[in-house]
Amino acid sequence: MANAQPLLSVRGVSKAFLGVSALENVDFTLKAGEVHALLGENGAGKSTLIKIITGAYRRDEGEVLLEGTPIFPRDVVDAQKLGIGTVYQEVNLLTNLTVAENLFLGREPKRFGLTDVREMNRRSRAILDTYGLNIDVTAPLANFSVAIQQVVAIARAVDISGKVLVLDEPTASLDAHEVEMLFAVVRQLRERGMGIIFISHFLDQVYDIADTITVLRNGRLIDTVPVAGLDRLKLVSMMLGRQLEADVKRTIDPNTAKAEPLVSLRGLGKRGNIDPLDLDIRQGEVVGIAGLLGSGRTETAQLVFGIERADSGTISVAGTPVNMSSPRKAISHGFAFCPEDRKTDGIVGDLSVRENIIFALQAQRGWMRPLSRSEQEALADRYIAALDIRTSDREKPIKFLSGGNQQKVLLARWLATNPRFLILDEPTRGIDVGAHAEIIRLIIDLCERGMALLVISSELGELVGYSSRIIVLRDRKMVSELTGDEISTEHIMKAIASHGATGEAA
Amino acid sequence: MKNSKYLPLLATFVVFVLAYVICISVFPNMLSTRVAGNLLTDNAFLGITAVGMTFVILSGGIDLSVGSVIAFTGVFLSVILRDTSIHPLAAFVIVLALTTAFGAAMGGVIFFLDMPPFIVTLAGMFLARGISYLLTTESVPITHPFYSTLQDLYIRMPGGGRLTLIAMIMLAVFAFGIILAQRTRFGTYVYALGGNLTSAQLMGVPVAKTTVGIYALSGFLAGLSGIVFSLYTSAGYSLAAVGVELDAIAAVVIGGTLLTGGYGFVAGTFLGICIQGLIQTYIVFDGTLSSWWTKIVIGLLLFGFIALQRGLMWMSERSARNMRHASAAQASSA
Repeated sequence: MANAQPLLSVRGVSKAFLGVSALENVDFTLKAGEVHALLGENGAGKSTLIKIITGAYRRDEGEVLLEGTPIFPRDVVDAQKLGIGTVYQEVNLLTNLTVAENLFLGREPKRFGLTDVREMNRRSRAILDTYGLNIDVTAPLANFSVAIQQVVAIARAVDISGKVLVLDEPTASLDAHEVEMLFAVVRQLRERGMGIIFISHFLDQVYDIADTITVLRNGRLIDTVPVAGLDRLKLVSMMLGRQLEADVKRTIDPNTAKAEPLVSLRGLGKRGNIDPLDLDIRQGEVVGIAGLLGSGRTETAQLVFGIERADSGTISVAGTPVNMSSPRKAISHGFAFCPEDRKTDGIVGDLSVRENIIFALQAQRGWMRPLSRSEQEALADRYIAALDIRTSDREKPIKFLSGGNQQKVLLARWLATNPRFLILDEPTRGIDVGAHAEIIRLIIDLCERGMALLVISSELGELVGYSSRIIVLRDRKMVSELTGDEISTEHIMKAIASHGATGEAA
Repeated sequence: MKNSKYLPLLATFVVFVLAYVICISVFPNMLSTRVAGNLLTDNAFLGITAVGMTFVILSGGIDLSVGSVIAFTGVFLSVILRDTSIHPLAAFVIVLALTTAFGAAMGGVIFFLDMPPFIVTLAGMFLARGISYLLTTESVPITHPFYSTLQDLYIRMPGGGRLTLIAMIMLAVFAFGIILAQRTRFGTYVYALGGNLTSAQLMGVPVAKTTVGIYALSGFLAGLSGIVFSLYTSAGYSLAAVGVELDAIAAVVIGGTLLTGGYGFVAGTFLGICIQGLIQTYIVFDGTLSSWWTKIVIGLLLFGFIALQRGLMWMSERSARNMRHASAAQASSA
């Protein structure tokens, strides 16, 4: 690049929320005519950085320079005026307005003090023409596909801002064809000399469109590297932060692998969520699911538990095909599911530890057969002791417990229903080291007592530690199934980084 | 596909034409400018406040206070004209300023305290009604000569019908409302708020200003409606216009505006008013039917329209899903 001055330059930016650091001393440089991918797993600080650049948050420290001048955007609208436009995954346009109204909202051309609709439509057509989009601009935006809505959103952002364009997971709900159409637009904007920040979980897309990659992890800058010549395995290890160190594995009884599967999935899938996959889970087995964020891990769990309905394939329990159309059905087959986001999907913060523990069991029994108070108390006390839940009192509202203890209460809730098959989605996220080890010990313990478990985790080392088998997902496909000696962080990362549709053989 | 947003309006229009045809086939006399003139005059106050209600509902809100504000306006005017020598025009200006400020205050509470419009305007409804009682509990006649002058203003239509001043005011308010909704930035902002508040905010819509403006407009038009109502009845009574807010909401919904906001037209509300007026006129012509039949028919129509809106939304969701691939293919080949 000939011009020495970067378009956008972030220097030493830090941000903390309630004393918890979300971003620490991060540098980021965007050149004109560059597509710069920003990568990182959950909690890496990507969205915090983006929100600081686009004015949604204010930085605690450091500076942001746009064309060499420090900027302090007050809000998103202010950032837009400065030249930084953003397009989100969930298109933030108004589907009840026409395409033209969306493009010109707040800056409509006027004639005699009234909106000049004809002029607005004419200019809208001209703008969209430059993107090769020939659509009826007087139709409501709701009439068009998400991909076209994305392009309209980009057109608006570029027309208003015109210097920096932030694309926050724009492809998450698009199919391959639509992604190609969107990328054509992005390439065209790069030609025009705009700086584009691209956030995506799809590595193939990043390699396809980006010139430079910046990886964040745990709020810190890991590295900024050109895409050309970047080894995928190296990229994945930068994102996940695992060096190829020796794994600690537990010894697995070879006999369990021969038993009849308790749960078998055959061609189970749902369009746009996860491609059809086959999987057997036996009693006394922990099956791990590995993959990057957005690879279809949680979606798989939701299909198995009946939260989402599969549009293909079957689920069998102990050899009998079952209809898994709702979580109630799943629970009646002895399934249990601890979701990833315990704050929104799991705990009921204002209810006591006891009430949170008896929830699922009471739901299973039905309201006609309430658990007596003494039964509830006995149950709660038993699990508080068994799982070593640290609470001063079983009647304490659960929101006052630490994350790790909340997670144990959730586990207790499901264990109380005496499940045959337990699904855990990120059971160790956001909890302290001590509780972490206890949860892992508990998983191994449950497995050894004959329960079948399906565990999703981003902590590869942890997954390798307790899994009997590991399936690896990438871009909503199962790309590999690792058994026995193949189970290692190295193999998982290779599978995640592998090219093309076919993964390596298991 | 493109016209799906006009479909509820079209449905309202069809219902209106059908209702009119039925009325005329039973009572051929109803096809006259006399009847039309009376219909407009009788519903003038309702129509004016329904325009304000249309904006409120388009933005995703509701205003329950308008009936009470109409009563307050009437009582205020009658009392001030009885007790002081102030000219009615000056009184009009004062009362409009009061009701506009009242609406703006409710809009402010709704936005800044982040309260549901239902509760805030319910409080406004009690407040305005209570203040009316405080002024007087009796029906106070308005005898100012200027009122007679205004009441005698009309345009004679061919066929002998009279287009009264208050009917003309209503028609003017509708014309103003249509332009405001369709041809101004404020109008687009109102639709934007009703479409998706978060998106509107991210796209730079001044949500605070617009919310306050919408309820101020509704307050202003309720005040204007109160003035028209006092011209219509020549009195102010604190028990008047009970339930008018609900009639206005009914007219808006029958007019094809989506109760959850974002879709609809001021012109549809006009048709909604005309349909309600037609039903009343039919009952008057019949002479044997109880006037409560108006409510029954309106109730059935409301059910019908809500079902229609649901059906349309369901259909458009389905077609949007089907169109996904078609339009993607079309766009990439373009």
